[in-house]
Amino acid sequence: MRVGLRLFASYADALGTRSLDVTLADGATVRDALAYVRALPGASALPPAPLMAVNAEYAPLDQPLSHGDEVALIPPVAGG
Amino acid sequence: MNHVALVTEAIDVAALLARVSSPTVGAIASFLGTVRNVNDNRAVTGIEYSAYEEMAEREMRAIVAEAAAQVDGVPPRIAIEHRLGELSLGDVSVAIAVSHARRAPALDACRYVIEELKKRVPIWKREHYADGSRAWVDNRNTVGAVELPGVIG
Repeated sequence: MRVGLRLFASYADALGTRSLDVTLADGATVRDALAYVRALPGASALPPAPLMAVNAEYAPLDQPLSHGDEVALIPPVAGG
Repeated sequence: MNHVALVTEAIDVAALLARVSSPTVGAIASFLGTVRNVNDNRAVTGIEYSAYEEMAEREMRAIVAEAAAQVDGVPPRIAIEHRLGELSLGDVSVAIAVSHARRAPALDACRYVIEELKKRVPIWKREHYADGSRAWVDNRNTVGAVELPGVIG
């Protein structure tokens, strides 16, 4: 399946990109999407357990993904 | 009607208050977050805010619904705007207005909204310092450990 990955703020700086289209195996979960990102150059700057979101909602690592989902890594927030 | 928005121009606070004003309310509580000139003993000259916009609006709407659900009887009316882009010292970064017949529900809901916004809404800031450097900063020091049930696993 194809999913879109989005990176923001310090994570986007660390990996040098804000969005990626990636292919994951059918049955992949949020954990698999995170593992994909962890294999990229610059990913050593990510924390051990970054918050994740699927289709603009916080999501647990074991959430299954569907073709066309948008998966985001959410850096520590700083609004206000 | 409740109101949630991300804006790139200066927040019109009077207009935001007007959104929640009505003859049926006896109290309007408000909160403004502004850009401060120092953080962690470093001289700050400005802040650049960015967001995962679809998700930020969704989370703000969820927070508004939660705040309203905590009030017995007639729910409060709530308006929130958060500014994105380059802000200068003293600029308003976030504005919250909450109206209710009584002051206690208005004040409580206003406090709930800003505290949850600082924990959950995917907005980020990069501070600009007097020496020309920049750094991403976050709210972990001001809101404590953020726990989002079911997310870490």
